[in-house]
Amino acid sequence: MTQLEEQTMMNLSNLSRLSRGDGRQRPWIDEVRRGAIERFEKVGFPSVKEEAWRFTNVSPIAQSTFALGEGALTESARQVSEQYGFGIEAAAELVFINGIYQPELSRAGKLGSGVRIGSLEAAIEEDVPEVRQHLTRHARIDGNPFVALNSGFLRDGAFVRIGRGVRVSGPIHLIFVSDAASQSTVSHPRVLIVAGEGSDSQIVESYVGTPGGRYFTNAVTEIVAARDSRIDHCRLQQESLEAFHVATMQVVQDEASNVISQAATLGGKLTRNDLNVILNGEYAESTLNGLVVIGGDQHVDNHTLLHHEKANCPSHELYKYVLDDRATGVFRGKIFVQQDAQKTNAKQNSKSLLLSDDARINAMPALEIYADDVKCTHGSTTGPVDEDMVFYLRTRGVGLDAARHLLTYAFAADITRRIKVVPVRRRLEDFMAAQHGLPQDLRITDLGSHDEAAR
Amino acid sequence: MPTETSELETIANREYKWGFVTDIEADSAPPGLNEEIVRFISHKKGEPKWMLDWRLRAYRHWLTMTEPHHWPHLKYDPIDYQNTIYYSAPKPKKKSLDEVDPELLKTYEKLGIPLQEREILAGVAVDAVFDSVSVATTFRSKLAEMGIIFCSFGEAVREHPELVQKYMGSVVPYSDNYFATLNSAVFTDGSFVYIPKGVRCPMELSTYFRINAQNTGQFERTLIVAEEGAYVSYLEGCTAPKRDENQLHAAVVELVAMENATIKYSTVQNWYPGDKDGKGGIYNFVTKRGACRGANAKITWTQVETGSAITWKYPSVILQGDNSVGEFYSVALTHHYQQADTGTKMIHIGKNTRSTIVSKGISAGRGQNTYRGLVKILKNATNSRNYTQCDSLLLGDRCGAHTFPYIEVRNTTSRAEHEASTSKIGEDQLFYCKTRGISLEDAVNMIVNGFCKDVFRELPMEFAVEAQKLLGVSLEGSVG
Repeated sequence: MTQLEEQTMMNLSNLSRLSRGDGRQRPWIDEVRRGAIERFEKVGFPSVKEEAWRFTNVSPIAQSTFALGEGALTESARQVSEQYGFGIEAAAELVFINGIYQPELSRAGKLGSGVRIGSLEAAIEEDVPEVRQHLTRHARIDGNPFVALNSGFLRDGAFVRIGRGVRVSGPIHLIFVSDAASQSTVSHPRVLIVAGEGSDSQIVESYVGTPGGRYFTNAVTEIVAARDSRIDHCRLQQESLEAFHVATMQVVQDEASNVISQAATLGGKLTRNDLNVILNGEYAESTLNGLVVIGGDQHVDNHTLLHHEKANCPSHELYKYVLDDRATGVFRGKIFVQQDAQKTNAKQNSKSLLLSDDARINAMPALEIYADDVKCTHGSTTGPVDEDMVFYLRTRGVGLDAARHLLTYAFAADITRRIKVVPVRRRLEDFMAAQHGLPQDLRITDLGSHDEAAR
Repeated sequence: MPTETSELETIANREYKWGFVTDIEADSAPPGLNEEIVRFISHKKGEPKWMLDWRLRAYRHWLTMTEPHHWPHLKYDPIDYQNTIYYSAPKPKKKSLDEVDPELLKTYEKLGIPLQEREILAGVAVDAVFDSVSVATTFRSKLAEMGIIFCSFGEAVREHPELVQKYMGSVVPYSDNYFATLNSAVFTDGSFVYIPKGVRCPMELSTYFRINAQNTGQFERTLIVAEEGAYVSYLEGCTAPKRDENQLHAAVVELVAMENATIKYSTVQNWYPGDKDGKGGIYNFVTKRGACRGANAKITWTQVETGSAITWKYPSVILQGDNSVGEFYSVALTHHYQQADTGTKMIHIGKNTRSTIVSKGISAGRGQNTYRGLVKILKNATNSRNYTQCDSLLLGDRCGAHTFPYIEVRNTTSRAEHEASTSKIGEDQLFYCKTRGISLEDAVNMIVNGFCKDVFRELPMEFAVEAQKLLGVSLEGSVG
């Protein structure tokens, strides 16, 4: 408890330093920060006694002391950002160190009228109307305490606005580098994405860090999708194996918008992702795909909530876990259908592959339905690599280990082949191939394209 | 389609057919709960000291507990435990059927319980629990020849204390949960079944529970023990007369299956669900759990839940023995303002253990139907298998269907599969039936019955017929 108090004290001292700032920040954001910190002080870190945190113990985070990360550009951070960059394949690439925008490492470019990609801090200073309208309005501080913590320390991050009717070709890549080379750091990166009516974009968030670094990333992303807009969003988490990563992504979709979320979690010692989607207009469509590939003592907890508010919305969800060694996975996915959300068609599926007897999975797929004219299904499977399939491959002359590796790769490929953003897909496929000693040019992707669900 | 809606409404709005009150003078305890009441119940039942001590231990523990109000998907007014009567017994205790109150017999007749000659035709041995004390136990001598003990729980405490002491609380300890602890303190009666080693019980054992005296919580306790290689199929069916006040019901059922033993436990529950405005109805908080203690043991729970204002019930199986099997088949129907939060727990401990869960939920009117289940496969439960299927059918736009499964797997050789779906009756299905000259009402019934077929198939013959009838009480008059 004293640890927590100490922590809060530290937070508060940081806050006052922050709010003193250089006097350029807007007063309303100060208000938001103060309210959020007060909220966090009141509720504190969640405990395993709370149902939503039952399988994820965050006390290692609460009991550690972290220094608030500085945005200084260091050599190690530069190397990390270069390693994970997409280069010319990206339409724009923005780099953040400990959540602070790095103009020297970034390439924003001109992408079209009404498109703005850059630092959130600058957007707050300029008082961009979309920022004032949406920032902190969707990811509420009264839900998850970590959102309150993030909002309390809100300073910088990314602001992406896609203008009305604009079609951006190529992915917009946001790289968040946690630099913990010299000390344990905490960063609270914030992303606000506002997609205008009829716009179409691909946005990738990469979360990476200095290798072996012990740090804590507490990220919050808000996505507002206007009518008829389309967002293809990827989230790649490849933090250091000592890092803590807590993230909330809040998506609000208007009529006939289409948001595809692809979340891959490969790194981090302890990860908790909350993904909440509110389908707030008719005919809005949502696709949530997730891939978790972990081993060692890694722990990943994915919570997804699909909130069907309006009628005629389809949603598709597929989460896959590959768990090795002593890794533990948690999946809690809820489909909530409001009384007015008739003709909802929601499908959810979670599948887990256990590669080791010490690995563990807790799956909680839930349906909460208050409308009658709906079709909602969920499925969940957990098991080992299918021995019949292994046997088949062996009759074809494939070695035992190679067969197992190949099947594991194929299991994950079910997710990767759905990813449209080429550099993301390639990175995931390479990761899977490298993990299982398979040749780097292995591409199962192309075989599965006939699948109607592959989008 | 407006005609459909109104049709469904009339179907859903049917009155509870079996609401009637039997006028028997009850020998009741004053309302309220304290140590005196616990002692009173124990004294009334002529129990030995160890039983009273056990009750008191439970009562004292209960005082330290709080009612679970947050996690179940249920909304109800707080229960006034001090305004509930904890003991009520029909006054005259009779030895044979001829002496039994004719009024009581008439009640059974209305319910179609095969007492007297009909029991032989139906091949059912009936231990009728009327409120709290067993009134008539039949077929006992026949069963006794085979060494089977089938009697009321009270009798078992007096006559077979060694068995009761050995097994009571071994599956559901007195401190298990709020309602089980309450039951442990104040339970009045129930059934006790003991099947000795290698005996196959030749008939379906059945008990009818009926909540009768007004304001009486009924707290039965049932214990079934099947020794090595034994087999028993036990039926429990309930209907209750119409009442306006909420009646509390907190039962405990414990099953123990030793090596190679099989226990099949079937329930049809049709207690008073409250009227169409949600007034009255039974509060049903039940703890049911079975333990497969030995290798190759098997426990099957089959339930048809159409009654009660609130159902809170999770028949579970602890699969301790290697190769043991747990099964759960359930149909739960909620209409008007009924709420059901029901499901199962399958705890896989032994190797090669298997469990199957099939749950069918039907919501109509403003009913809320929740499936809540846990499948836990522990590390040493290698090669274990689980299959879960939860389907929900929605009739009406004010009802809800919810599914909250928990799946935990801790080894690589086991598999767990879960599937759930929620939908309404397809308009094309109804249309097809109508083109074949089947009325809408019949079509709805056919489809609902087909929806529940997987579960009904698991019920013993007599019960399957009754289950379809009970479903009909809520949905339709005559089901084909």
